[in-house]
Amino acid sequence: MSLVRQDEAPRSLWQDAGAALRQNRAATVAALVLALITLSVVVLPEVLPFGYEQTDWDHIATGPSLGTGHLLGTDALGRDLLVRTLWGGRVSLLVALVATAVSLLIGVTYGAVAGYAGGRIDQVMMRIVDILYALPFMFLVILLMVLFGRNLVLIFVAIGAINWLDMARIVRGQTLSLRNREFVEAARAGGVPAARIIRRHIVPNLLGVVVVYVTLTIPHVILVESFLSFLGLGVQEPMTSWGALVNEGAQELETSWWMIVFPSAFLAVTLFCCNFLGDGLRDALDPRDRSHR
Amino acid sequence: MLRFILQRLLTGIPTLLVLVALAFFLIRAAPGGPFDSERQLPPEIEANMRRAYHLDEPLPMQFARYLGGLARGDFGPSFQYRDFTVTELIGAGFPVSLRVGALAMLLAVLVGVSVGTFAALRQNRAADHAVMAAAMTGISIPNFVMAPLLVLVVAVGLGWLPAGGYGDGGWRHLLLPVVTLALPQIAYLARLTRASMIEVLRSAYIRTARAQGLPLRTIILHHALRPALLPVVSYLGPATAAVITGSVVIEQIFGLPGIGRFFVTGALNRDYTLVMGVVVFYGTLILVFNLLVDLIYGVLDPRIRHDA
Repeated sequence: MSLVRQDEAPRSLWQDAGAALRQNRAATVAALVLALITLSVVVLPEVLPFGYEQTDWDHIATGPSLGTGHLLGTDALGRDLLVRTLWGGRVSLLVALVATAVSLLIGVTYGAVAGYAGGRIDQVMMRIVDILYALPFMFLVILLMVLFGRNLVLIFVAIGAINWLDMARIVRGQTLSLRNREFVEAARAGGVPAARIIRRHIVPNLLGVVVVYVTLTIPHVILVESFLSFLGLGVQEPMTSWGALVNEGAQELETSWWMIVFPSAFLAVTLFCCNFLGDGLRDALDPRDRSHR
Repeated sequence: MLRFILQRLLTGIPTLLVLVALAFFLIRAAPGGPFDSERQLPPEIEANMRRAYHLDEPLPMQFARYLGGLARGDFGPSFQYRDFTVTELIGAGFPVSLRVGALAMLLAVLVGVSVGTFAALRQNRAADHAVMAAAMTGISIPNFVMAPLLVLVVAVGLGWLPAGGYGDGGWRHLLLPVVTLALPQIAYLARLTRASMIEVLRSAYIRTARAQGLPLRTIILHHALRPALLPVVSYLGPATAAVITGSVVIEQIFGLPGIGRFFVTGALNRDYTLVMGVVVFYGTLILVFNLLVDLIYGVLDPRIRHDA
């Protein structure tokens, strides 16, 4: 006797999720907008006629205009705001992707193992997290900066290496209540090895919480980077990031509105889309919800 | 239960020791020292100062001396704020940070959890999308943009509230910083609550409760809210510890005399004792709040047992 329905080809979790995602219009639009932003951030700086540190002496701090060629205006040093915003996007998106990937990988593995193992192993693993947690983030980042110099790659790693702690704690909390569920007990009774139980039974059930947490991590990482730039510890001039641009714009708030409005808009739209996509993914990845067939 | 608490408190001591050692040797590994300044000090004077603060001793010896001080509750003198001990600086600043931070967290939990539950009950409808879009705005705007904007509109433009300063600590001085601090927390909490509430509302026992015809209010308050709060609580523990120890941005913009700025200025100025002081203080708070989280976990989900 077979428990698999014969009338349809087996589909993986991700195929199912992809189909569900395509039916969610908000998530689809969000994914398209994100793709568009990513594409323009990657391609447009190569095409546009201005460099990110090139000063246009005739147009210092001028507003958006078609006539000058500066579509989004220029900043206080006469640099094209569109080009700088796009360059800032490269940095911000890269920080977000690398740091989030680091935190996701470490956090889920660590949290699921600790929560599933339980007992003494869990206690020791969580004590380590507690110790790392109890070091203030700013203190660590500032120390890393003065120890190793101001290095972009280091910002990515530092931010990612701190953020996995949150992920690990949340994943571990969920795993704690999952490990006593009937389907996990059934798998254990059936002699499935622990590593396989974690991979096939625990992690798929964590995806909802994890995906939502990832969509929180991405904007958080972008904001942390911008906060570092606010303190003068992040990306260094003439290179820039969305956070640094928003920060510069905030200082010229009363005279040059475009300097804060356009970078903020890019930032906000990206963050908005991340979240709508995350919500869509959450609904799509839920293994219990197969109503979309 | 009591045994669990005692055990956790006891295991907290070595944890704290490791933390102190980690922070101590990390900050000492950073180049530069507390007496670096624009004006070069004559070497004899600097040597004298180093001797006065025991900085000329070997590092393990200094560490032992620092631990000895800690055991007596003495954080040592600050290098940057001469004439003040670190204990005095934290004692003066923490009540301010605590007051602002605790109010912000209270506001965030009340609004965030209600909004998240509200959105979960209307999943994928217009109200859900509107609420979550509003929550996103809270996350999307950095506090160093939100704070000057609020000052510009509410304080300078409308003249309703003072632009900055702590004053007597009355609500007029606290409102803007509390709201600025709470906004992103509201957004985080609303999203976390919504996600986990949606999960919980799908479970079999909620369906059973619905089938029995219980009113929605009873289902949410008595059956769904407790398990749905699990991820929220694990976020809240460390977040509260972080928020009540102050934010350098908020303190700078609103001119509040809290302790958030010490984390940054202490590390930048190599004010070893001050930065160690706030790190140890923060670390202790984190440990306490994480213990609270685990205790609340047991209350919220009886399947998690601490006496086993």
